[in-house]
Amino acid sequence: MNEDPVALLPELALLSGAVLALLSGSFLPRQRQWVARLIAVAALATAGVAAAVALGGPTMTVFDAFAVDTGSGVARLVVVSATLLVIGLGVDELAGDKRESETYALMLLAALGAVVMASTNDLLVLAVSFLLASIPLYGLIGMPRSPGSAEAALKTYLLGALFGIVLLLGVTVLFGVGGSTAYSRVASGLQTAPAAAVAAGFLGVLAGLMFKAGGVPGHFWVPDAAQASSTTAAAFLTTVPKVGALVAAYRLVSVLPDSVDWRLLIAVLAAVTMTLGNLAAFAQADVRRLLGWSTVSQVGYLLLPVAAMGRGDGALPSLLLYLVGYAVTNLTAFAVVAAVHERRTVDDYRGLAAAHPWLAAALVISLLSLVGTPPTAVFVGKLTVFTSAWDGGLAWLVVVSAINTVASLFYYLRWIAPTFRSRSSSATDGRRPYASAAAVIAGGCVLGVGLAAGLVLTLADGPLAP
Amino acid sequence: MLSVVVFLPLAAAAVLAVARRLPDQGARWSWLLITVADLALVVAVAVRYRTPEDTAAGGGGLAFEERLRWIPSVNSSYHLGVDGLSLPLLGLTAVVFCACAVHALREERRPRAQAALFLFLQSVCLGTFVAQDLILFFVFFDLSIVGMYFAIAGWGHGNAGRSAMKFFLYTFLGSLALLVGFIGLFLAADPHTFDIPELAAAMPLADSPIVGGLVLAAVLVGLAVKTPTVPFHTWLPPAHTDASAIGSAVLAAILLKLGTYGFVRIAMPLLPQAWQAWSWVIIAVGVVSVLYGALVALAQTNVKRMIAYTSVNHMGYVVLAVGAAGLVGSGEQARELAVTGAVTQMVSHGLITAALFLLAGVLQDRSGTYEMGEYGGLAKPAPRFAGLFAVAAFASLGLPAFSGFIAEFQVFTGSIGATWVAALALPGILITAALFLRAIQRLLTGPTVGRSIGFTDVRVHEALPIGGLLVLSLLIGVVPGPLLDLITPGSQAVVGLVSR
Repeated sequence: MNEDPVALLPELALLSGAVLALLSGSFLPRQRQWVARLIAVAALATAGVAAAVALGGPTMTVFDAFAVDTGSGVARLVVVSATLLVIGLGVDELAGDKRESETYALMLLAALGAVVMASTNDLLVLAVSFLLASIPLYGLIGMPRSPGSAEAALKTYLLGALFGIVLLLGVTVLFGVGGSTAYSRVASGLQTAPAAAVAAGFLGVLAGLMFKAGGVPGHFWVPDAAQASSTTAAAFLTTVPKVGALVAAYRLVSVLPDSVDWRLLIAVLAAVTMTLGNLAAFAQADVRRLLGWSTVSQVGYLLLPVAAMGRGDGALPSLLLYLVGYAVTNLTAFAVVAAVHERRTVDDYRGLAAAHPWLAAALVISLLSLVGTPPTAVFVGKLTVFTSAWDGGLAWLVVVSAINTVASLFYYLRWIAPTFRSRSSSATDGRRPYASAAAVIAGGCVLGVGLAAGLVLTLADGPLAP
Repeated sequence: MLSVVVFLPLAAAAVLAVARRLPDQGARWSWLLITVADLALVVAVAVRYRTPEDTAAGGGGLAFEERLRWIPSVNSSYHLGVDGLSLPLLGLTAVVFCACAVHALREERRPRAQAALFLFLQSVCLGTFVAQDLILFFVFFDLSIVGMYFAIAGWGHGNAGRSAMKFFLYTFLGSLALLVGFIGLFLAADPHTFDIPELAAAMPLADSPIVGGLVLAAVLVGLAVKTPTVPFHTWLPPAHTDASAIGSAVLAAILLKLGTYGFVRIAMPLLPQAWQAWSWVIIAVGVVSVLYGALVALAQTNVKRMIAYTSVNHMGYVVLAVGAAGLVGSGEQARELAVTGAVTQMVSHGLITAALFLLAGVLQDRSGTYEMGEYGGLAKPAPRFAGLFAVAAFASLGLPAFSGFIAEFQVFTGSIGATWVAALALPGILITAALFLRAIQRLLTGPTVGRSIGFTDVRVHEALPIGGLLVLSLLIGVVPGPLLDLITPGSQAVVGLVSR
């Protein structure tokens, strides 16, 4: 058994960063909480560098439970960069806040949970990572202590507890019929197991993962949490947990035997998720709630390559590419929301283009990317996941996704259109320099990833650890 | 070479966009300089252009080809090339933008930003005409919409913001339909590719009429919105009415051609079976566009709206011709003639309509209105304006010796040769003639009344581009040989491809 702790350097960096940020925050005066921020950024940077180095290294499994391969490598990089970007867009909101250092510590822990979830090859570690990724989120959502955030936190907590139990139940069943918790051994054990038991266990685990990803049936908490928590937390919880959950789902289906029609199940979940997310987003007036539902629909598209796993070699790279594109695009939109945080509803965005042309440009780029227009990041992601699903024999799902994509244009345009109209009132926006800078930089990255998608795909093209 | 042609204006636009210290006069002249340089480059391409040999090899041969890896995993590459169909439009684009740069030499409203925007627009329009990859085509196509939105919203008048938004939403939705069609083509091809010549050779969806029809429908809707044909034309009149003179000129002369060019470049070669199956629908849409556009134009009292509706009419001829080209049962020569006429019509309409819109801009500039009823007897105070307007109007209605005659003559000879139904569109010519003669009569002749009194005649910077465009139209009308020699091999290739 490979027990090289260096291979887990990114995870260790995140963990120690969280602990240090929490400790330092406990002893620092409120004006000097930036030290905790510095610690968090340093930890994330270390984790990022270590993950980048590991991505170029050999594929292996350490401690019999952590895969160090392309999937975990890209997931680590996405989670770390996304968390850095979230801190960047949240500095204005968090600086001087009562619980600034706690926020950083919770985000680092949740990021750690997402990374572990994406890289684990073991059902028990998957259960632990679920808890590690979920519990900090409850705290993050409840942080503003407003009635709305309390409701959202409670809702998330109750759903999380329920789906956590379902996940544990599923793990137990799979362990029982598979004879092991390690994927490499459970795969052979499941070949001979009764199909009904495998299906039941798989359903349980998948339900837990869907809660984390924010897809049907575990999506109810996403819009509430996106609307009521702080912008920083909203940006974080609609981006980072999805990365972990979707890569974990991809790994999970790779051990399932053919006796269970898991492909159809995932495909149906994908179709339902994207349709429901789109339909619900149509009528939203609050931009964060709209984004919340939009992230639900995006999970639907992200499930396409999971459903196409094992047919053709394009599934994993397309999933990872879409995750990269989705993370940077979603965070761009949230960065704009953070930069003009007084504007809550779609109508409030009137006059944004005249007042802040750069922010408006970043917003338009990010929303058009969420639709999937070239040459943006999500376009290439969508194109490749459509291709992998088509090659995987799921043509009907591609058609459903294409219809959903066209339909989604309407609610994104509902947001874009007012930004170019003139504003009636002369209310001015408060200055949020960090969030504005984050929005513009991330907007550039959306275009950059779209244009250099070939490069990202070469990085994402590699095998999973057995 | 082509990359330089395409990206020279873009590079200049980037420089102009950041050069805040540049005086206005410098911005105007550097804009003109760049467009002249780009025109010279296009002329150099045209002079060195030889019809490629391997037109039989499937996709139609391309000259000045460039191909670089872009997104290899989805087989999308940076692939440029010209042939007899795209080179005339490349030249048209360079000429029209050059004319706009001259016309804008007296522009007072943010000239630096306008120069940067129009150079950007020029780049994306040139790029659309030379792109040989669907994604590349789409990116340029979409960016042209974004650029045009800002051209209308930023420099328009009247209700410009609303018109620009209508234009944007309409054409953007259309482009999304186009994208869906492209993805359908991509997925159906084996191996998946976005390369236009490869797709033309592979003929995806040849065996599945239903899916092929759906994909063609998506592509056609996208292109028809841009062209625009009935019933997708409603964005056009407000966009034209509220855009600035050069904005209208570019919109009518170049952006509409992106749609019609898409028919001959993408829809016909890539989906020949579906095109043949649906050619009657396309012919019908063409005939209706011709007649409806002409009739509605006849009813207008606003000069600019009238010219805008004649665009619907003129683009209808193109649609009619390319539709007739899909009738495989009829003579091949007639269909080739129709396609040649369609491409000639694109060039001709670009030159003449750009001139007409620039002339309409003079009206707005002097008196702030396009209403014909406000004017009368303009010939006396403004003889140069009257002369240019009369020439442009006669050119537009298809008087022999102008390019419009050559184009429409070929369109009708070819289309009627393919099917008698095309003759139904003939009254369109009569109605257009009537409406232009009526416009001349109301604007130019009679006693000088209303706003015509004290009307300042066209100045040099206005007369030069308008005159230049009309001279080119006359030149094509008198010596059509070189242009037709250029187009004919291209249209032969297209007809060959669509007849498979």
